[in-house]
Amino acid sequence: MSDIILKVRDLYRTYDIKGGLFKKPGKFTAVKGVSFDVERGSTLAIVGESGCGKSTLARMLTMIDAQSEGGIEIDGLPIDIAKTGISKDMRQKVQIIFQNPYGSLNPRQKIGHVLEEPLLLNTDMGAAERRELALEMLQKVGLQPEHYGRYPHMFSGGQRQRIAIARAIMLKPKLLVLDEPVSALDLSVQAQILNLLKDLQDEMGLTYIFISHDLSVVKYLADKVMVMYFGEVVEYGTRDEVFDAPQHAYTKTLFAATPRADADSIKKRLAAKAASAA
Amino acid sequence: MPLLEIRNLKVEFATAKGPFKALDGVDYTVEGSEVLAIVGESGSGKSVAMLAVMGLLPDTATITADKMEFEGRDLRTLSTQERRKVIGKDISMIFQEPVASLNPCFTIGYQLNETLKTHTNLSGKGRKARVIELMKSVGLPKPEERVNAFPHQMSGGQCQRVMIAMAIACSPKLLIADEPTTALDVTIQKQILDLLVQLQQDSGMGLIMITHDMGVVAETADRVIVQYKGNKMEEADVLSLFEDPKHAYTRALLSALPENADGDRLPTVSDFASEGGF
Amino acid sequence: MTKTSSVDTAKTTAVEKESRNATKAMLVEFWYYFSQNKGAVLGLALFVLLVSVAIFAPLVAPHHPDMQFRDALLSPPFWEAGGSLTYPLGTDAVGRDILSRLIFGARFSLFIGVVVVTIALVGGIVIGLVAGYVGGAVDTFIMRIMDIILSFPSLLLALVLVAILGPGLMNAMIAIAIVLQPHFVRLTRAAVMAEVNRDYVVAARVAGAGHFRLMFKTILPNCLAPLIVQATLSFSNAILDAAALGFLGMGAQPPTPEWGTMLAEAREFILSAWWVVTFPGVAILVTVLAINLVGDGLRDALDPKLKRS
Repeated sequence: MSDIILKVRDLYRTYDIKGGLFKKPGKFTAVKGVSFDVERGSTLAIVGESGCGKSTLARMLTMIDAQSEGGIEIDGLPIDIAKTGISKDMRQKVQIIFQNPYGSLNPRQKIGHVLEEPLLLNTDMGAAERRELALEMLQKVGLQPEHYGRYPHMFSGGQRQRIAIARAIMLKPKLLVLDEPVSALDLSVQAQILNLLKDLQDEMGLTYIFISHDLSVVKYLADKVMVMYFGEVVEYGTRDEVFDAPQHAYTKTLFAATPRADADSIKKRLAAKAASAA
Repeated sequence: MPLLEIRNLKVEFATAKGPFKALDGVDYTVEGSEVLAIVGESGSGKSVAMLAVMGLLPDTATITADKMEFEGRDLRTLSTQERRKVIGKDISMIFQEPVASLNPCFTIGYQLNETLKTHTNLSGKGRKARVIELMKSVGLPKPEERVNAFPHQMSGGQCQRVMIAMAIACSPKLLIADEPTTALDVTIQKQILDLLVQLQQDSGMGLIMITHDMGVVAETADRVIVQYKGNKMEEADVLSLFEDPKHAYTRALLSALPENADGDRLPTVSDFASEGGF
Repeated sequence: MTKTSSVDTAKTTAVEKESRNATKAMLVEFWYYFSQNKGAVLGLALFVLLVSVAIFAPLVAPHHPDMQFRDALLSPPFWEAGGSLTYPLGTDAVGRDILSRLIFGARFSLFIGVVVVTIALVGGIVIGLVAGYVGGAVDTFIMRIMDIILSFPSLLLALVLVAILGPGLMNAMIAIAIVLQPHFVRLTRAAVMAEVNRDYVVAARVAGAGHFRLMFKTILPNCLAPLIVQATLSFSNAILDAAALGFLGMGAQPPTPEWGTMLAEAREFILSAWWVVTFPGVAILVTVLAINLVGDGLRDALDPKLKRS
C-alpha cells in the first residue's frame, strides 16, 4: 500500500493585474489545474523554466500564499489558509528552503537564534532545551557548535545553505520544499549539499519537493519528475520514465538544450565543427 | 603571434582585512579564431584577468604582469585614450546580467547606434542599416520593429542578444563572454551558446568564455584553463581535459557533476584534496 | 553525572565566548569604517566633550548661570581691553557670565536634541513600519498626511504649533518633533518596503512569526542603519530649530540659559557688544557641525552598499 503524504488536486493560482492609466486590469493564472500525489519518504522533482509557475506552486505548498482554487492535503490535513488560517499543527508539517542562501538568513540574527526561532514560535520548550536542540542540529548539518553565536555574513554560501536547511528541519517537518537549493552554489559545494540532503532524507524519513531547472541534479536526486510549462503539468512520471522516454515536445526540447559534459558529445561536436569548416 | 598574450599576471585587492591576492601569477595565451574557456568556482579569479585586460577593475586593485600584449601592442603602457580605441573596438565583452547591462532609458536601436557612432565613421543612414543588419545576425526577430523597443519590453535572452550585437558591432578580434548564460533558462542558454559559437566561426574572432559550468565548457570550448583560488590548475584542449584530466582538482570538479555520479554519494572536492596539488 | 554536566558547562561557556567574539567582531568592523572618516572622529570627540561639559556643568562653570554681577555689566572677554579672567567670555547686559550660561545651555541643547529625536524617531518608526508593512489604503492614508505636514515650511509649522500650544520649551520640542517626524516615516517606510519581500522575512513567516514579530523583530533591525544616520542629523536640526524658536521668543523663556534665547536677548547689542551674540552663535555652530560630522561617519560605517561581506 502506498503511503501518500501530499495530495494536490486541481490547484489554481490567479493573480489580479492592476489596471494602469493605459492598461486594463486583467488576470494572470500562474498555476493552471495541477494535480499530483507524493509518497512518504520520496522525492518529487518539479522541473521548468522561469515563469512556469513552479515557485508559485512552492509558495502555496508552504502556506506562504493561498490557492485560488483546488485542494492541498498534507499528511491527511487539508490546507486552505484563506479559509481556515494556519495552525501550529500545519506549520510543523512543511518547511521551505530558498535558492539564495545570502538572502534567506536575517543579517542581524545570530545563527543560534535563527535555529531557535521556529521552536520558540511553535513549541513551549525552555531556553536551555531549545539551545541544546540547536547545537545538536548544527552538528547534524555539518557545522560546529562555535557557529552558534556568529552572524550570517561570517559564513560562505554553502555553510549558509546548511544553516537554512537546519532551520527548516528544526521542527521535524514531514515535507520539505526545496526551491532551487543548489543553483546559487559552486559545483563542489553543490555536491556536499546534495549529499547532506540525501543523508537527512534517509535519517529523518523526509519527503522532498525539489524544484529545479537543472536536469542533472534532478536525475541524481528524484524518484518522480514533474515538468511544468506555463502553469501546466506537461509531463509526470517516474524518473526513468521521464528521462528515458520523454513524451511531451517541451520535455524533449529541455533535454536537448541541457549541456552534456561527457567526452562522447564533445567528440561529436568537434567532428561537426571540423565538417562545417571544411 | 598570438592575439592576446599575458605572462605572470598578478592582481591584488586592498581590503579591510589586508591585501587579498585574486590572481597569483597566471599566464594566458589566446590565438585568434579559437574558443578558450576559463573555468573555475567563485574565488578562482576567473573573471579578474579579463577585467584587468579591459581596464575594468576598481582602484583598489594592483595589477602587475611581465607581459600583457594584444596583437603585439603592450596594454600596460597604453594611455587611457589609446586603450579606449582598442577596448570596445578590437576587444569587447558581454556580462552575466543582460537586462542590467542595458540602459533602461533608451531604445535598443539608439544604444546600438551609439556604439557605432563611437567606434566607426559610418553615416547616419549607414548606421541605421548596420543596426538592422546586426540585429538580424544575432537572431532578433522583426528587427525593424524591435529597434524601437526598450530593454524592459524584451526577455532576458533577447537582451543578451542585443548585448552580443553591441559587442560585435565593430567586428572585434576578441570577444570576452563573462558567464553569458548563467542568468538564463536552459533552452535560452542553448540558443545563446550556439549563437556565440556560430558568430565566432563565421567571423574568425577569438572567443573567451568565462564560466563555472562544465556543461558550457563541453558545449563550446576548444581549449580550457581550469583555475582555483587565483592559480592555474590545468590547461588542456577540451577533449583531453574531459577524457583524461591531469590535475586532481579537475578530476574533483568533473566527478562532482551529478550526471557523472556513480553510486549513491557525490564525491566532493575535499575527497580529492588529499591527492595534493591544490 | 557531575562529569557530564561539567563537560556541558565547558561547552556552554565556549559557545558563549564565541558569541561574544562575534558581537565584538561586528563592533570592531564598525569602528574600522567609522574611523576611516577623520572628520567623524573629530566630531565624535567634540560631541563627547560637549556631553561631559553638560553633565558636569556645576563643576565646570565658574559662576551660577543666573547670577547677576551688577558691577560688571557688558564686560568684554578677557583678551579685550577691560576684560578680566573672572568672566572669561565676558558678561551680558545684566551682568551674567556668558561662559557659565553657555555651559549650562549645553544641557538644554542636548536635552532638546534627545527628547525631540526620541519622540520623532519612535513615532516615525511605528507609523512608517505600519505604512510599509500593511501597504494599500493604510499606506496611502498615512503618506498623504505626511505629505501635508511636509508641504509646510518647517519653522512656520513649528511656530503655528507653538502658538496653539503656548510658548515654552516643552511645547517647542513637541512642535519640532512633529515637524521632523515625516522624514522618519518616509525613511522607515522605504526601508521596510525593500526588506518585506526578502527571503529571510518569508522564512520567518513560514516558521510561524506573527505580524508584530515580523515588523519589530525581523524587519526593523535591518532598517535601522539609515534611521540612525537620520536621527543624528535630526539631532542637530532640532537644536537649530529650538534655537530659532527661542530667538523668536516662542521657545525657552528667559532667564533660561538656552542658546537661542540668549541670542534673542542679545539682539540689541549686536553692534555695541559683539561677544554677547557671537558666543551663543558659535556654540550652536560647533555643536551642529560636530553632530553632522558624526552623522556622516555613521553613514559611511553603516551603509551596506559600501560594505563587502
